[in-house]
Amino acid sequence: MATATVTNAPAPKTNRIGLPVLDYRGGKTTLCAGCGHNAISERIIDAMYEMGVQPERVLKLSGIGCSSKSPAYFMGRAHSFNSVHGRMPSVATGALLANHTMTALGVSGDGDTASIGIGQFMHLMRRNLPLIYIIEDNGVYGLTKGQFSATADIGSTLKTGVVNELPAIDTCALAIQLGATFVGRSFSGDKKQLLAMLKAAIAHKGTVMLDVISPCVTFNDHEGSTKSYKYMQEHEEAISEIGFVPGFEDISIDYDPGTTYDVELHDGSHLRLRKLHEDYNPSSRISAVKALMESHERGEVLTGVFYLDTKKPSFIDLLNVVDEPLGQLAEQRVRPGKPVLDEIMARLR
Amino acid sequence: MKKYRVELDGKSTFAIVQAEDELAAVGMVLGAGWAGARSMTSTSGPGISLMAEFAGLGYFAEVPGVIFDVQRVGPSTGMPTRTAQADLLSIAFLSHGDTKHVILLPGNVNECFEFAQAAFDLTEQLQTPVFVLSDLDIGMNNWMSEPFVYPDKPLNRGKVLSAADLDRLGGFARYRDVDGDAIGYRTLPGTMHPKAAYFTRGSGHNDKAEYTERADEYQSVMERLNRKFETARSMVPRPVVVQTGRSKVGLIAFGSSDFAILESRDQLKKEYGVETDYLRIRAFPFSREIHDFVASHERIYVIEQNRDAQMLSLLKLDLAGEEIVKLRSVRHFNGLPIDARFLTDELVMQEGI
Repeated sequence: MATATVTNAPAPKTNRIGLPVLDYRGGKTTLCAGCGHNAISERIIDAMYEMGVQPERVLKLSGIGCSSKSPAYFMGRAHSFNSVHGRMPSVATGALLANHTMTALGVSGDGDTASIGIGQFMHLMRRNLPLIYIIEDNGVYGLTKGQFSATADIGSTLKTGVVNELPAIDTCALAIQLGATFVGRSFSGDKKQLLAMLKAAIAHKGTVMLDVISPCVTFNDHEGSTKSYKYMQEHEEAISEIGFVPGFEDISIDYDPGTTYDVELHDGSHLRLRKLHEDYNPSSRISAVKALMESHERGEVLTGVFYLDTKKPSFIDLLNVVDEPLGQLAEQRVRPGKPVLDEIMARLR
Repeated sequence: MKKYRVELDGKSTFAIVQAEDELAAVGMVLGAGWAGARSMTSTSGPGISLMAEFAGLGYFAEVPGVIFDVQRVGPSTGMPTRTAQADLLSIAFLSHGDTKHVILLPGNVNECFEFAQAAFDLTEQLQTPVFVLSDLDIGMNNWMSEPFVYPDKPLNRGKVLSAADLDRLGGFARYRDVDGDAIGYRTLPGTMHPKAAYFTRGSGHNDKAEYTERADEYQSVMERLNRKFETARSMVPRPVVVQTGRSKVGLIAFGSSDFAILESRDQLKKEYGVETDYLRIRAFPFSREIHDFVASHERIYVIEQNRDAQMLSLLKLDLAGEEIVKLRSVRHFNGLPIDARFLTDELVMQEGI
């Protein structure tokens, strides 16, 4: 038995629920070396580990595409459903209604979201389902050899020189307009910002929509691309500096209320957004969308948390369901007794 | 639901979502089925067409869910206020690739009630989507019915492993045929055990739910799914058989044709002195009684409300060659419910009475 072996190796570092980071890992990635998606998987692992989320309490959901394969590469102890192209929102909705006690994480791509899945994406945002929806956004279809997606910027070019002549869909602006309650954009190469946003996302109850620019090293990392590492390093412009203080830590760290928005999230955590832009106000949809539109005009890629609403009821609140998972209620709670059937039959006589 | 499924604190033990379209509706159904809830949606022909991709995912990833189709006249928009039984064949094989589905065929409103219960039990037991095909005649007209009978059996939630089961077993393989019935064991998300999770996917997988492109692993899953369909034969509602032992002629029908057939059999007896036997199919895949019924008659009339003899075609795929030659077809497809006089005239003509 293990007790017979005495070792001097230090116990692995664990998080607040006593799990080592290893318990948050998944299978080995089959994506390209250097793919932004792998960095996002790493940040998801870090965020879940640091927040002390029990892996078994997480649902991983995805559609189809490079991005949607990635749930296989993190949190192997969480159930995962790799569904059909562009339809993850509906599967997530059903799964969460069956068990709303879970933390749900949906991973999609720009093709999966902004083209085939735009309809389901829009209706998901309207419902404010408590789901973290991540778009791993590289502007191209990687699995089919690099055609433009609908988030590719107008004027950007493919490796072959083909120019994109259609305007990009701004998924963040859409999400804000449609009712998502936590909307932001980040960059897979910006470890600090992405990690803080993911941790805040875990603390939020409602739809979190994070568009994460995630360069495709194989098809969209060249001169002329606006989703390359180089372009992002040169054009990323943060709207705010994000500080996250989890609810289980001391929150009494000082901040300047004149320059910093402090927002208490559902689990008692605090998100502290230090303004970097003049008219930044994360509680205003109008200023958020305005800032996004202006940044497009300036040719910048605006990142950060654009919009946050912690008051709006989630879809689960609206449905007013019982506290326990609906799918696991005992029979006597879901099958009304014989008198009920008799009553209905009597009414039909 | 709001009256009978709300608890004292005002909270609901159900959730109803008005989905944006049928793709989303069936996606929600499968998401909920996967996560452990009983879930359903209802639609008609165009909605069924939209659900085709998800139907294949449900079949291949083995996810429960119930889909009611109140059939109306196609193709395309067809005559949306008229009745038909013309979605049968497309639902039996709905989706691309080698896919086939369990179908229940209620013949009246009482059976719609009973088969709804059966469908939920079957979908969780078999871990595959179950389709219930009503039609516009049953679904939208007012009917007399015997009072519905309160269920006498508890819900059957199928093979689900708990954390305690996993402790005892030390782990599990999601798609392994442990019991010889080709149905694996599943776990529900949220099961507190490090070995509870598995990865659900519509891409090639082995019996441990791992991604595979290996020929033997893919083929083994496909063959097990076929065996599971054989298991379903003995679990679905059996046909209703009226066998006099005096007739060489057997009638086979399903769904709302029942009333016309009962009346037509009386007409044939009274007006022509002709006895007929009658079998009403109530599910696909076909129970063995259906094969026996065909074997014990010289001529079989398959009566259905579609142009292309869809039930007859399905039977042909399932019957032995020497039995297929016995099948004759009576089809009624003008959008109105089939009636006894039409049927009697047709049978008299084909029988040469």
